[in-house]
Amino acid sequence: MPDMPHGSARFDAAVVGAGIVGCAIARRLTLLGARVAVLEKAPDILDGASKANSAILHTGFDAPVGSLEAACIREGHREYLEIRERLNLPLDRAGALVLAWTEAEEARLPELIAQSRQNGVADVEMFGRKELLDLEPALAPHVRAGFRVPRESLIDPWSAPHAYLLQALGNGATLLRDCTVTGGGFDGAEWRLETSRGPLRAGLVVNAAGLHGDRVDEMLLGTCDFRIRPRKGQFVVFDKTAARLACHILLPVPGEKTKGIVVCRTVWGNLLVGPTAEEQKDRETAALVPATLAMLRAKGAEILPALAGEEITALYAGLRPATERKEYRIRAHEGRRMITVGGIRSTGMSAALGIAVHVARLAEGLGLAPAPLVDPAWPRIENLSDGAERDWQRPGNGGILCHCELVTRREVAAALQGPLAPQTLAGLKRRTRVTMGRCQGFYCSAGLAECTKGRLAHPMVGEGDG
Amino acid sequence: MADLPESCDVLIVGGGPAGLAAAARLKRLGVGAVHLLERESETGGIPRHCAHSPYGLREFGRLMSGPAFARRLTAATVAAGAYLHRQATVTALHPGGRVSLTTPEGVAEVTARAVLLATGVRETPRAPRLVGGTRPGGVLNTGALQGLVHLDGLKPFDRPLIVGTEPVAFSALLTCRQAGMRPVAMVEPAARITARAPFRAVPLALGVPVWLGTALVAIHGTERVEAVTLAAGGTCREVSVDGVVFTGGFRPENALLRASHLAVDPGTRGPQVDQYGRCSDPAYFAAGNLLRAVETAGWCWAEGRAVGRAIVAHLAGRLPPREAAQAVTVEGAGLAWVLPQRIAPPGGPPAALPRLQVRAAKVFDGDLLLGGRRHRLVARPERRMTFDLPGFGETAIRLQPR
Ligand SMILES: Cc1cc2nc3c(=O)[nH]c(=O)nc-3n(C[C@H](O)[C@H](O)[C@H](O)COP(=O)(O)OP(=O)(O)OC[C@H]3O[C@@H](n4cnc5c(N)ncnc54)[C@H](O)[C@@H]3O)c2cc1C
Ligand SMILES: Cc1cc2nc3c(=O)[nH]c(=O)nc-3n(C[C@H](O)[C@H](O)[C@H](O)COP(=O)(O)OP(=O)(O)OC[C@H]3O[C@@H](n4cnc5c(N)ncnc54)[C@H](O)[C@@H]3O)c2cc1C
Repeated sequence: MPDMPHGSARFDAAVVGAGIVGCAIARRLTLLGARVAVLEKAPDILDGASKANSAILHTGFDAPVGSLEAACIREGHREYLEIRERLNLPLDRAGALVLAWTEAEEARLPELIAQSRQNGVADVEMFGRKELLDLEPALAPHVRAGFRVPRESLIDPWSAPHAYLLQALGNGATLLRDCTVTGGGFDGAEWRLETSRGPLRAGLVVNAAGLHGDRVDEMLLGTCDFRIRPRKGQFVVFDKTAARLACHILLPVPGEKTKGIVVCRTVWGNLLVGPTAEEQKDRETAALVPATLAMLRAKGAEILPALAGEEITALYAGLRPATERKEYRIRAHEGRRMITVGGIRSTGMSAALGIAVHVARLAEGLGLAPAPLVDPAWPRIENLSDGAERDWQRPGNGGILCHCELVTRREVAAALQGPLAPQTLAGLKRRTRVTMGRCQGFYCSAGLAECTKGRLAHPMVGEGDG
Repeated sequence: MADLPESCDVLIVGGGPAGLAAAARLKRLGVGAVHLLERESETGGIPRHCAHSPYGLREFGRLMSGPAFARRLTAATVAAGAYLHRQATVTALHPGGRVSLTTPEGVAEVTARAVLLATGVRETPRAPRLVGGTRPGGVLNTGALQGLVHLDGLKPFDRPLIVGTEPVAFSALLTCRQAGMRPVAMVEPAARITARAPFRAVPLALGVPVWLGTALVAIHGTERVEAVTLAAGGTCREVSVDGVVFTGGFRPENALLRASHLAVDPGTRGPQVDQYGRCSDPAYFAAGNLLRAVETAGWCWAEGRAVGRAIVAHLAGRLPPREAAQAVTVEGAGLAWVLPQRIAPPGGPPAALPRLQVRAAKVFDGDLLLGGRRHRLVARPERRMTFDLPGFGETAIRLQPR
């Protein structure tokens, strides 16, 4: 790994952390004309909370009314729709059904609908049992009632942040991977950050360190007004033939702490069941637990009985950067030219673009003078979703490498190039979907090893998501 | 290689032992244009990377390794006059023998008077086994291990754990030893190994312990596997390993099939076929391990030949109508599956699947009543069992436990 290439270079803003939130902030500040550096401790971006989520682009219908979170989700959702075609990002307008399975849950529906309306999501529609079964014939017949939130949608949780960061990089931002921020000081005019790749100067620091947000605050400010309490979510992913069983995103009536266990498709045409919500101390490892996975499989079959006959394709788990309180912990530190973006717990993928706009406003308050780019570059990303035109349909694709996900040799070769080339197999998987299908590398491991020879810092063997 | 036509007499999907044998047979029996589509860059199927004997005894009268066998089969098929297309992946099956595919040149469609599906089997990967822990690199199936070792000359780890004791697990053991790895152990949740007793000699000779009554509960490590948690007799312990090989748990490679209009048998998870290997859409046939998990290469080769012969009869209009076929029904619990699942009316040529294959769901001790005959059945789920094919009108099977 080369040392800090920018030895004494000075950036207008340093974003600590390349999760989805950091990527969106880097994009926004770059478009506003700032010289931005993104510092990421892992060998690839999206290695923390953003590695694994449910991939639902929320409307914010169930967010706390009047909260910053609700506003950021609303703005984030809106901007995603606005920019997605230019960046070539997928959108599956599945719509969600909030389902009541018990009398007590049914009794809460009116309150949830009222909350939705207060959040500006007024297009919700109430349904009885029969209408629900007409809409979703595979639903278990003991469903009682529910309502539809038409604009809840599905996206690719990785292509979105990749596109945000690629646009930042394409307009002059700098990405430093394997670059852990270890300390720093503010001299009244600028920050000097200490990193594992050397020092770096910046006029403004944005802490978007996700699961390490409190630690980065402590390191740079000496204190932090929140504590990260990692909350694990495990998932079971079913094979593509299961996707026919659900048109909508099937949500339960939410509990106090979480949105509960969801059944929904993915943009790649699988069906997932999850997540759980399990508090833990460990900030790095989201371990799979067989009994919990079996519970999820059973829970899925309780909601969609036909799921019992479907095959499982993958398992995964993620960690939410929750804190002791529910709300986002976003704050500008006057006099220190630093902004903390902490506790982006369970809606960060939807809210990221909105959070970025909010952070940009705070940055202006701290003296960042915007000079928006007049004609910024709009890089297009590969749309890997089910139904999108894919490389295997085009001539000159080099032939198929991963048969289950129909990934071509040309796609893999292209992903291994450019400013965001992955250094790990996990990163290559997120960019291309190789080995993410039903055989999990049975057929393509040998071919993949050949294609990636010498290209990944961490050599390729078997599955592996870190 | 000939260009891919828009239409042909017979199209074969999959160039393993079954598909290659069928293609050669069809040509030898005088069929015009026979095209075989193989998605890998070489034909031969699984034997391409099974670098050990015994292959070829039944087919070529001598013992050879898997790769030699794959080359030999390929050469014989080319010599017979079939056209082989590599890097040609079939992506969808449509009614009446129309097939969508992709090659490095993009997408295409071919319509054939008959299509043979011969896409084989694969092993169960980690996910459906619900093993806990983290997801580091270095977790493979035997198939991937063999590919990395024999096709790429790589050594993915040094001290793996081998999970399972079907015959293929011993094949994984040999692959490890050939590449200079030293497996830490083989683990098996049951009280005895799944393969027949003589296989026990392999780990013994290699000095690899076999831990029976032991289940893999969790895998640990961030980038690479560092350890596993094993459970035996109610207690757990951690063992240091640097890789995990999940062996066996064979399942037909049926993705194409499940996405198609063809009927899938819930027992075998392969296509529902009659004694000619004919699917629910009579333009489609199937042979080889796609029909069921799992038989040997020799068996699949013979099956491919036999179904090839049935396809010739189909092209000549000499097969009895598929719509009139009767379902083979099973009364009483105990069987995982039967093959074939349909019996077409008499009057046609000899059956391509000449015996009724059944597989027990669990250990079974009792009688199987078929066509007025009583057969004593002491069955274990992994053992092959065959019976005379039921006659038309006699397709009800009854099971009576002792
Ligand atoms: C199970 C689950 C389901 C979810 N479902 C949804 C959903 O359906 N819809 C939705 O909108 N949201 C969902 N979310 C929430 C969403 O995933 C998170 O809100 C979001 O990923 C948080 O992103 P982040 O950028 O704040 O944090 P992270 O992704 O954790 O990014 C922080 C980055 O900072 C880096 N870092 C940390 N410390 C340092 C340091 N000292 N120096 C340099 N770099 C550092 C880390 O390596 C990491 O890459 C879900 C989350 C989970 C876990
Ligand atoms: C890991 C492993 C080890 C084994 N070891 C042995 C052994 O040692 N001895 C033994 O006798 N048997 C062994 N077997 C059993 C093996 O299945 C048979 O030997 C034999 O290969 C089956 O032949 P087949 O033609 O049915 O399928 P395969 O040999 O699997 O061939 C199927 C072919 O179809 C192709 N294909 C699949 N889908 C498509 C598509 N959509 N488009 C185009 N082409 C496609 C595949 O690439 C493949 O080449 C093993 C099986 C496995 C999985």
